[in-house]
Amino acid sequence: MAKTIAEINKKIASGDVCVVTAEEMSDIVDDIGAEKAALEVDVVTTGTFGAMCSSGVFLNFGHSEIPIKITKMFMNDVEAYSGLAAVDAYLGATQVSEKAGMKYGGAHVIEDLIRGKEIKIVAQSYGTDCYPRKELTTTVTLNDLNQAIMVNPRNAYQRYDAATNGSKRILHTYMGKLLPDFKNVTYSGAGILSPLSNDPTYRTIGAGTKIFMGGAEGTIIGEGTQCSTASGFATLMTTANLKEMTKNYVNAATFEGYGTSLYLGVGIPIPILDAEMAKATAVRDADIEISIKDYSVGRRDRPVIQKTNYEELKSGSVLLNGKDVTTSPLSSFKKARDVANELKSRIAAGTFFLGENTTTLPKKQSAKPMKETNKLPVAGDVMGKKVVTVEKTESFIEAAKLMKQNERNHISVVSKGKLVGIITSWDISKAVAEGKVDTVEACMTKNVVTCSPNETVDVIAKRLAKHKISAIPVIDENQNVIGMLTSEHISKLFTRGKHE
Amino acid sequence: MKIKISFPEERVKSPILSEIILKTGILVSIVSSRVDSTGGEVIIEILDKYYETIRDEFIARGVSAVPLNTPICRNEKECIECGACISVCLSKVYGFDKDWNLTMDMQKCVRCGLCIDMCPHQALSIDTDGD
Repeated sequence: MAKTIAEINKKIASGDVCVVTAEEMSDIVDDIGAEKAALEVDVVTTGTFGAMCSSGVFLNFGHSEIPIKITKMFMNDVEAYSGLAAVDAYLGATQVSEKAGMKYGGAHVIEDLIRGKEIKIVAQSYGTDCYPRKELTTTVTLNDLNQAIMVNPRNAYQRYDAATNGSKRILHTYMGKLLPDFKNVTYSGAGILSPLSNDPTYRTIGAGTKIFMGGAEGTIIGEGTQCSTASGFATLMTTANLKEMTKNYVNAATFEGYGTSLYLGVGIPIPILDAEMAKATAVRDADIEISIKDYSVGRRDRPVIQKTNYEELKSGSVLLNGKDVTTSPLSSFKKARDVANELKSRIAAGTFFLGENTTTLPKKQSAKPMKETNKLPVAGDVMGKKVVTVEKTESFIEAAKLMKQNERNHISVVSKGKLVGIITSWDISKAVAEGKVDTVEACMTKNVVTCSPNETVDVIAKRLAKHKISAIPVIDENQNVIGMLTSEHISKLFTRGKHE
Repeated sequence: MKIKISFPEERVKSPILSEIILKTGILVSIVSSRVDSTGGEVIIEILDKYYETIRDEFIARGVSAVPLNTPICRNEKECIECGACISVCLSKVYGFDKDWNLTMDMQKCVRCGLCIDMCPHQALSIDTDGD
């Protein structure tokens, strides 16, 4: 016999509700089976506590004595979008400070508001007859605002990819610092406690579902942006009152070299309507598959290095290319547990009731890539495709001959078919000037900067400038040289058209 | 154990560390070193039993030597125990206990600093004071 949300809410009101966390539910279903568990358990609480970049707050400041229609606004030097009537603004978590840069951003303003700190406001306008004022500076705290309503376009991803780095340099990403040569793996999400993983068919999670967010009681607005139910990467758009949030569940963060983000505690109560829901909420870490992707590939479709799951990731290491690689979560599992437990105690105490979802998430929906009308060419389109290489043991005279024959200034140096260096006409000039007669190996540059054929030329141009080099070998996934891209190839794009 | 040695400006040019190693025969690993014309700070690691001998030799040469018990400081108010620091630390200082509390084994720390800017909450810093 299926239960209804109204029946469960009656039990919450009378104090007879049986509520457990998603971790506890897995054991219960294992012990007594889904049918019996559905009879005994009414609500399963979930929780996650991680970086939710797509978060922000709608703020209303009230009208000033001489009214202003704000067109540009800064809060502690962080711009808040104010193209919304006169004194409304939307402050996004990832907007960084004009003065402090990545150290301080929208997320930090949000945290400071919750802490009750004063925020410096600077606003501008063009002035109208009805809103004559053109400039305004003031200081406000959260209490001074009429409304501060958090509305997050994309929260609580159903799953996340894990990240690693196959390049030779350290990467700074929203997945944290990734060490070269696949030396670490980072991941996000709460696994067994993850809200959407406990209702993967989205039966009870949709518009109208009541949630715990940042310590406040919030609501799901509906599907989040980029929601992809078809691929199991659903997202939620959420809202809650910032004035009811607590610092415990809202933390500003900075990822070095990426920017700011907001760590937010989100918990969703899942009504156990029947055995099917009991079974869904019995999901364990090992059941949730994760792809480890190589973030050194600067494109939308990053290659999957390996499939894994939360159980393996949480064990502290994964076996990657035959080596034990240390894993790091970026979300706090301890705080995710706090969220699930806090939600559980609020429901048990009769202070949190379930909401009926009025609209479910769209089924079989995917996220499209951006339509780009001015697409940049990739290395593979532009590079010199004739591969000229020289063995490292050859004399540099041989390299010089190859340069002359092939009319080029850069040659990849190989040993047993693998790239080990690059030799340039400048390297040879130096050797000649110093009166050396030596091997290619002695004259070459050993730490070669490389690129993949799928990387766009703008990304590579920045790399050339950064390393002060004029050519870069293009290598495939097996480290074989498949071409050479020079600054000349890139400049030709502008003088002769793209694919000539 | 790790010891922080602070050289005052007037002593930076003397080969004090070499002198002490030669005199005492104690094996010393240098963990980190920052020395310029205004002074210097070197972190060394030695077996615990040699601490007093080494300390007295440095003090006799006008150089301070104090045990460095917390090479990395963790601000517990800011730390949310996410564990982002775990995988960038090749010395394996960080880990979780069974309740997902963050653990730190300071004996393993080589003060490379990789964890400092990995921390999304800016909760870690290199301790320069010793204690």
